[in-house]
Amino acid sequence: MSATPLLELRGIDKSFGPVQVLRDVALSAHAGEVTALVGDNGAGKSTLVKCISGIYTTDAGEFLFEGRPVTINSPRDAAGLGIEVVYQDLALCDNLDIVQNMFLGREKRSGLVLDEPTMEQMAAETLAGLSVRTVKSLRQHVSSLSGGQRQTVAIAKAVLWNSRLVILDEPTAALGVAQTAQVLELVRRLADNGLAVVLISHNMNDVFAVSDRIAALYLGQMVAQVKTTDITHAQVVELITAGRSGNLGLTPDPAPADGTGAQPAEAQNPGADR
Amino acid sequence: MSTTVVTKEGPAAVTAAPTVGSHVRSYWSRVRGGDIGALPAVLGLVVLCTVFSIMRPSFLTAGNFANLFTQGAAVTLIAMGLVFVLLLGEIDLSAGFASGVCAAILANVATVLGYPWYVAVLAALATGVLIGTVLGFLVAKIGIPSFVVTLAGFLAFQGVVLVLIDQGSNIAIRDSVLLAIANRNLPPALGWALAGVTVAGYAAVQLNRYRTRSARGLVADPMAVVLARIGALALILGVAVYILNLERSRNVLVTSLKGVPIVVPIIAVLLIAWTFVLQRTSYGRHVYAVGGNREAARRAGINVDRIRISVFMICSAMAAVGGIVAASRGNSVDPNTGGSNVLLYAVGAAVIGGTSLFGGKGRVLDAVLGGAVVAVIDNGMGLMEYSSGTKYVVTGVVLLLAASVDALSRRRAAATGNR
Ligand SMILES: Nc1ncnc2c1ncn2[C@@H]1O[C@H](COP(=O)(O)OP(=O)(O)OP(=O)(O)O)[C@@H](O)[C@H]1O
Ligand SMILES: [Mg+2]
Repeated sequence: MSATPLLELRGIDKSFGPVQVLRDVALSAHAGEVTALVGDNGAGKSTLVKCISGIYTTDAGEFLFEGRPVTINSPRDAAGLGIEVVYQDLALCDNLDIVQNMFLGREKRSGLVLDEPTMEQMAAETLAGLSVRTVKSLRQHVSSLSGGQRQTVAIAKAVLWNSRLVILDEPTAALGVAQTAQVLELVRRLADNGLAVVLISHNMNDVFAVSDRIAALYLGQMVAQVKTTDITHAQVVELITAGRSGNLGLTPDPAPADGTGAQPAEAQNPGADR
Repeated sequence: MSTTVVTKEGPAAVTAAPTVGSHVRSYWSRVRGGDIGALPAVLGLVVLCTVFSIMRPSFLTAGNFANLFTQGAAVTLIAMGLVFVLLLGEIDLSAGFASGVCAAILANVATVLGYPWYVAVLAALATGVLIGTVLGFLVAKIGIPSFVVTLAGFLAFQGVVLVLIDQGSNIAIRDSVLLAIANRNLPPALGWALAGVTVAGYAAVQLNRYRTRSARGLVADPMAVVLARIGALALILGVAVYILNLERSRNVLVTSLKGVPIVVPIIAVLLIAWTFVLQRTSYGRHVYAVGGNREAARRAGINVDRIRISVFMICSAMAAVGGIVAASRGNSVDPNTGGSNVLLYAVGAAVIGGTSLFGGKGRVLDAVLGGAVVAVIDNGMGLMEYSSGTKYVVTGVVLLLAASVDALSRRRAAATGNR
């Protein structure tokens, strides 16, 4: 894989009022790789994603895209860099149809007028490329789609553009077994086609099935980012629940810690390393 | 597209080409699924017209038919603007008196200051845009609920009208162009010509869409359905123009009275223009998106605040147009212009026509269909010599009925997974 990550974050801080949700977070995403972002509920994964996509502004920290420093202040900035996000809370408009949703905010036009045939054709090709055969008509409202179909539309929307980095926030959380397998296959295919993929998931089987690297977030701090082949299932679970595992993660308290101490106090320990 | 492999089987979602039968079936299943659109308004219009025609033969005369248009014009125009605000799930309670303020500006500029009609019209429209900008700013940027902002506007604009027109008096409109808007008719030949152009334009758009979609291998509505649509429009316009071109003067020797009222092409042009904006431009698409899911729209990079402000601007500008028509029809502007039932009739027109109060669903055509229903109720009950008290009650009940249909069809749609 290429030496410089496609996207690298350094020292990201983010607070909502008095609550600091992210502290000194670093993350790198490489082209052609799936980076799994794991962490317990409330660890700050979704918040981190929203910072990357320009929905939230960060309090501190820097973004490097292909090694160049960039600023991302709005969803448009992110889209301009080729960063696309599939959100946990699906960002689809129920009252619009599949094509309208896929092109929302970036409609194809000829002059002043929307170019519906072109948009419909591109949408159909993209869905065909993703082997989606379950939707009846591209002109049906997304409100009439199943959870899996909606998720597919959301992913198709992300890859419709010449995107370089696709971030998926729990894309399989609401799906059945078959649809989960399909979506994961799709995620793998995105990376194999040369995109950088960041996948958020709570399901360790999914994470180990598709990811090349695992980044663990614990109470707003990035406690480890390692190759998937260099870590075990149990270690990841420890990182998620305790913030450390063996020599990975937060440095232990001065007081003897046995590696199971899931006390929140540990998070206040400023010595986080990577 | 760099990331996807297009398979040889062609686009995934292309289903078998629809036939007339499948087209009708899919429409019917949409209706059953709660997506009833303008169906209640159209059915209501048919029922009401039948009942009134039987009860009062005078309802079914060319003269009364022409009256319906001039009576309903102002409310319909205001309702067309309200559709934009309702599409975002907002409300503009001040639209009625905003039209009054704009009419008062019109009268002051034209009659009191003596400027030509176009200056007065521009001043009225500019006032509408200004009002809408202020309302939209307060809603979108300050974050006050539109209900409160426009309720305040409702009261304040009522006061502004009183200030602009010295208490209790009125300002006459004397400019012949302004008076012509709601009181004069097109020459019969021009009526036919405009109807012909409209049908030809509609046919061109429909056939062109059919051709490009078929040529690109996309699903197109069956040709029979396309032709039926064009035929239906030609029939409706043909019958309407024919009736409006009949002589409706009581005494032809004194004066001849025939032709399409001038407000009709005004409404038609605005209907076509706003429909184009909503259905064919990205601005319109974004209005629907913000109404359907504001957060999704924001994440798609749409400037939500700008969309929210703009719909209030459109609404108040259309209120100004309604106010101009009302001033023309009344030959004067008084403190009651745009007051009493105007706002409720306008909201009622939009909702009866099928625009949802919950946002995300509606068309400008709804305002015209609903405006027709309101005008027919008002006119027919007037002919039956009901008091205006009874008329208000009936219109209120009809509005509630329409809102219930809206709420129930929304629930049904949720239950059947259509929304
Ligand atoms: N807009 C907000 N205002 C205040 N606090 C917030 C906001 N959004 C998130 N938080 C807080 O930030 C923390 C991290 O939330 P986030 O949604 O990023 O977690 P997550 O890792 O995605 O969790 P999950 O796995 O449940 O999706 C939580 O404690 C949450 O309460
Ligand atoms: Mg989350």
